[in-house]
Amino acid sequence: MLRLTDDEKSMLDGRAGEARQKAMDLLVRYAEALGAERFVDTRNVAGVPGSANPFLQQYYAGKGADGLDAIFSFFDLDSDELVEIPDALVPTYHLQGGADPRQWQTLGVRVDVFRNYQEREAFAARHDVNILKTCTPYLAGNLPARGEHCAWMESSAVIFANSVLGARTNTEGRESTSAAMLTGKIPDWGLHRPECRFGTHRIDVDVEVESVMDWGMLGYFAGEAVQEHIPVVIGRFGAPEIVRLKHFGAAASSSGGVEMYHIVGTTPEAESVEMAFGRNRPAERFVYGKAERRQVYDRLNANASDPNVDFVMLGCPHAAIDQLREAATLLEGTRVSANCHLWIFTSRAVDSEARRLGYVKTIADAGGVVITDTCSAFAQAIPPGTKVAALDSAKQAHYLPAILGVQAWFGSTHDCIAAAVTGRWRGERP
Amino acid sequence: MTVSATIVLRGRGVVGGRAAGEALVTRDAIPGWGGVNPQQGVITETHHELRGKSFKDKVLVFRGAKGSSGWSAMYHTARLAGAAPRALVFNEMTTKVALGAVVMHVPSVTALDRDPLDLIETGDWVVVDGDAGIVEIHKHRSQPSCPPSAGPQGQDDVRTQSDDQVDALPG
Repeated sequence: MLRLTDDEKSMLDGRAGEARQKAMDLLVRYAEALGAERFVDTRNVAGVPGSANPFLQQYYAGKGADGLDAIFSFFDLDSDELVEIPDALVPTYHLQGGADPRQWQTLGVRVDVFRNYQEREAFAARHDVNILKTCTPYLAGNLPARGEHCAWMESSAVIFANSVLGARTNTEGRESTSAAMLTGKIPDWGLHRPECRFGTHRIDVDVEVESVMDWGMLGYFAGEAVQEHIPVVIGRFGAPEIVRLKHFGAAASSSGGVEMYHIVGTTPEAESVEMAFGRNRPAERFVYGKAERRQVYDRLNANASDPNVDFVMLGCPHAAIDQLREAATLLEGTRVSANCHLWIFTSRAVDSEARRLGYVKTIADAGGVVITDTCSAFAQAIPPGTKVAALDSAKQAHYLPAILGVQAWFGSTHDCIAAAVTGRWRGERP
Repeated sequence: MTVSATIVLRGRGVVGGRAAGEALVTRDAIPGWGGVNPQQGVITETHHELRGKSFKDKVLVFRGAKGSSGWSAMYHTARLAGAAPRALVFNEMTTKVALGAVVMHVPSVTALDRDPLDLIETGDWVVVDGDAGIVEIHKHRSQPSCPPSAGPQGQDDVRTQSDDQVDALPG
């Protein structure tokens, strides 16, 4: 039975304005669907408020009136009437979406669609939404503290916030984050509650896990093994490293629905095996060894057969500054093959730093392009005529063939850059 | 008309309302963004057992939701495109499926007293009452004279109710 506080009742009664009434009504319907008993207060919202892909742009064209916003009213708030949208009540951050304001033509975005993206971005900015435009808010200025209640979308960011940072968020959606932006409320359910954060399944790793590629494969294995549960990963690992954990989590949240994991000795709620499991007994135990690693590699490369690579895409999740440095170093003095394109996706914040450091120029001099705001899978954008892609992200390898029908090779960043330069895939099966 | 064998399951209503339709059943979790074409109502995920199948106007019977946080927005979009399922019956509660069911505006039931995945087969005629938390299964083999697409008499009004929900779009 859902219980509301006085300020929640007041919003639901409409005393805080129509939009907050609609937002609270949606959150109440959502909390009741979950079976939640109360809300938590949040001051950290990451979503895509008011954004619109071409379908939504067209669907809602002309449906606003008197300066009121149809997309935010009808879609974000699931309201049956147009309402005036107030500014964000709590700090709110825009995740990836739309198109790079510099490289939108490279992405093949039509001019009318791009203008509309700009209008939607301006709408969000007018309502005090920070325009991070990235799937990695934690690398671009939104770093929640341990224990902080958040309302985040983006599965790879949610799993990072819960597992690596110890912040608390479920995988929220478009509508719940937009409603949280106006109310500072989100259902107290699931990962907001300490008793729901303990591990449920055990994964023993008895193979070396070192590179970004290794961590991506282990993450993909973990997601397939535990689906939407909470794996406790036990093995002998080197020092924790942000980029590797970013790729591990992105993969686990794509092959399964993992929203939180523990790596014993690495992540903050897993100083020991006992601490990671709490009162839970592992429901199942999995072993990740050489055979399992090979199976994951084969699965990620299952639809690729043509070694002639015409597109290399890096930056899923968005590249950290260190990854752009690595790409620039590998590309220095070389040239991307005339038969191949190289796109590297990152956030505006990291792009701006990479420009200052000269990485963007080094990559451009070699024939590659650094692109912000989106990625190939999200924007459904690949160079015209692409048949065979090469990727260093298990998450992107999971999505891109399904979305765009291309072949996709998965391998190391080094394999991918080599493929961009030679136009041939020579990645080695581990 | 043959008398149909009816199985009744009781659980918890997630979204209210009543709707009926032909079941589409999967033991795989249902993907959101990146694994579905919402305008056509078709599952597109590479390794999914329903790949290429349409859930439009079906009663979707499934284990749970997985994948991207775009889950709710995908199925919300399917509703706008007229390609949403008529009702949901599922086992595992997550934020993705809860929010998705809410914005799809379709009757939804979970936490049933027996496993719907064991009892419902694709093609069965299923009535979902989201207010009472009840799922009624009419095994399709018992109704050879009455194809599920036409629907047994007395269920037309139920379907109209569900259609009204789709028509009552904002704007």
